[in-house]
Amino acid sequence: MSNSLKTKSTKKVDNRKCSLLGDTDVAIIGGGVVGCAVARRLSLAGISVGLLEKASDILDGASKGNSAILHTGFDAPEGSLELECVRNGYREYLKIRKSLNLPLLKTGALIAAWTPDEEERLPEILEKARNNGIEDLRLLSSPEILVMEPEMSEKIRAAIAVPNEFVIDPWSAPLAYLTQAVANGGQVFFSTEVKGGEFFGDHWMLQTNCGSIKAKHVINCAGLFGDLVDAVVLGQSEFTIKPRKGQFVVFDKSAGSLVRSIVFPVPTERTKGIVIFPTIFGNLAVGPTAEDQESRKDASVDKEVLQHLHAQAVSIVPALANIPVTATYAGIRPATEKKEYCIVEDTKRNWITIGGIRSTGLTAALGLAQYVHKLLEKQGAKFKNLHRPVVPIVPNIAEHLPRDWQSFGYGEIVCHCEMVTQREICEALTSQVPAGNFGGLKRRTRAGMGRCQGFYCLARLAELTEGRFPESLNIGASNG
Amino acid sequence: MDEKLEKEKFDVAVIGAGPSGLSAAITLKKTGIQRVVILEREAVAGGIPRHCGHPPFGIREFKRVLTGPKYAKKLVEEAQNVGVIIKLKTTVTMLGVGGELTLTSPEGGEKLSAKRVLLATGIRETPCSTRMVSGSRPLGIITTGALQSMVYLKNRIPFRRPIIVGTEIVSYSALLTCHKAGIQPVSILEERPRPIVRWPIYKLGSWLGVPLLLQTNLVKILGKERVEAAEVSDGSSQTRKIVCDGVLFTGQYTPESSLARISHLEFDPKTNSPEVDEFGRCSDPAYYASGNMVQPPREEAKVPIYYTAENLPNPVDNAGQCWGQGRTTAINIVKDLAGKLPSISVQSRGLNETRSH
Repeated sequence: MSNSLKTKSTKKVDNRKCSLLGDTDVAIIGGGVVGCAVARRLSLAGISVGLLEKASDILDGASKGNSAILHTGFDAPEGSLELECVRNGYREYLKIRKSLNLPLLKTGALIAAWTPDEEERLPEILEKARNNGIEDLRLLSSPEILVMEPEMSEKIRAAIAVPNEFVIDPWSAPLAYLTQAVANGGQVFFSTEVKGGEFFGDHWMLQTNCGSIKAKHVINCAGLFGDLVDAVVLGQSEFTIKPRKGQFVVFDKSAGSLVRSIVFPVPTERTKGIVIFPTIFGNLAVGPTAEDQESRKDASVDKEVLQHLHAQAVSIVPALANIPVTATYAGIRPATEKKEYCIVEDTKRNWITIGGIRSTGLTAALGLAQYVHKLLEKQGAKFKNLHRPVVPIVPNIAEHLPRDWQSFGYGEIVCHCEMVTQREICEALTSQVPAGNFGGLKRRTRAGMGRCQGFYCLARLAELTEGRFPESLNIGASNG
Repeated sequence: MDEKLEKEKFDVAVIGAGPSGLSAAITLKKTGIQRVVILEREAVAGGIPRHCGHPPFGIREFKRVLTGPKYAKKLVEEAQNVGVIIKLKTTVTMLGVGGELTLTSPEGGEKLSAKRVLLATGIRETPCSTRMVSGSRPLGIITTGALQSMVYLKNRIPFRRPIIVGTEIVSYSALLTCHKAGIQPVSILEERPRPIVRWPIYKLGSWLGVPLLLQTNLVKILGKERVEAAEVSDGSSQTRKIVCDGVLFTGQYTPESSLARISHLEFDPKTNSPEVDEFGRCSDPAYYASGNMVQPPREEAKVPIYYTAENLPNPVDNAGQCWGQGRTTAINIVKDLAGKLPSISVQSRGLNETRSH
């Protein structure tokens, strides 16, 4: 159907950067949130990095669909590396977010108990949180909860308030990390898939579909494909990715004011369960499910599951029954057979694999980057922290902060539902890490993500993005 | 936005430059109302007819058969000729009590105050996500509105062999657009046992060589970068795949009423429109609503003559009907400004059940 288009698109991608595969201190495989955070950390530490991403934009895999929560780590396994990275990542995000213009929605969270059984389990959650160093949790009675959240169902029995669980933007945070890496000399190679590699005593030669790259160290942050990359380059993997799909339903912005907190259920052994959360864009969302599946790529949604999620959201917040659904999406978490993160280090061959980073990855990424930095130091990598690193800012798309349309000279509003301006779209297409496909543009700007899903703006977006992406919105001229 | 905003004063501000808004503004000016402004968020006035490149438009208004774009242009010209001010690229961001509007345009934020405000923001189709369709979300899943603006305003096509979902009147408008643009749809899906439009409209499909699949559901959309196929079911346990490169969702109209929804106006979430009395007046008597953004309660909805009556989706009024409603509402506003309208509010209709539990 689109063979001719595909050939054309490959050529275009070649022009982007693939031809100049080079020589770096560290090669990072994978442009998910972890890869982006590692690239930033190592660039700031003064060594050259090259990030290899097989898709045409960042965040194409597990990082694409999550619940955007900045976790305190109150429920992370005690004494785990996950807890350490979540705690460190949380702290670093709060420290750097203002300089990078990253948003924070101070929602707080409730762990809601709906049954006597669940209510009984609340004290153990409190205790675990205390052991994890989070002291500010407190138990709330049903009337106290309904004062805080008057739209919540009166069937609520009790809850734990977690005041410092927050909501962030899952897209602009990693984009800011990678943008800072690039601004400080890092390189990014899109549409570049690692096919193999060989270690020559003090450096690697990685083979990709676009040529080879020389690197002293390699960090495998390939997420859903982490075990496969290990297998193809090292010959074996110490873990196996067990893809776990999570589906979400996003309600219209008019639901945004119904609930102020993130509402967790009492978690089970296997998953944090289905969460209702305000989004940074002013919506309210519900999800994720936890569905084990074979496919690492199939992030499709299922009508029955979505309807079930919808019903569950309505049972928790009855007023949602009257609010339309704006969007549905699914993400795939790279779970493994192990509960803990899988960090595998081959010190003889200068190789580190960061695997099995599940739902806490968005928060833990900066913490994982610190951890990788330490491991590399032990491997003998030489660092010289940048004296005055460049601190680029990313455009704000959070609803509670001033948006571009509120300042002069934005050209026109292209997407009316999400109030996205022409200036924002042009910037996303020409920034240091520009949108590499239509999905990337949508997530950078929110264009087309609103209630009409492109009814009003798709034609204009097609015009503004013509010839920019491997796959275009329009595929040719009309006869009419 | 934060500096002191200059405040402009008008007799009537109309939100939306589609058939209903334009016709209301023209009527207001013709009846002698002095300061009438239309606030339009798009760069061009005219509304949906701008990208309906087919006749028949304008029979009622101009006693002629026009295409949508020509009709839209004629209405806009008439409005300009009678002295309606049309502010383009101007988005209303908040409806304030008593007709105080907050606006934004590329020149910055602005306040505008009007004795009366007419909401004429129109209607749009229900997209794939809101319908909660299973499957992936590759490129090529769009609504008729998006297709028509792409084809008629930008001369581009998003696919060559899509399936069309729905058999409302707009579905056949989409079919004509496809035909004109050189797109050959693979089939038309309708989950009901009969098409929604009457004979002979639905024959258009077979005349253009596009089979109509009745009692057939879209089960799942397949494809990675672009749509590759659609899985459909006729109710039996077996589903089947139809190879296609796009899915065109048509109809299932819903008012473009988010401004009203988040405002102080009483709002009926069942019809997605502000509640209005028999004069088109909202719960705040400074506000009126007209055209397709006002949907009557389901039980009161009239069935258009070209529809069969069963399981009807939200009926959508054509441009001529919206034009007529705009005129009628404008006459009510004129009477109101002269103090000649009884002061009843929407509460008297007993529709005033807002969310409460």
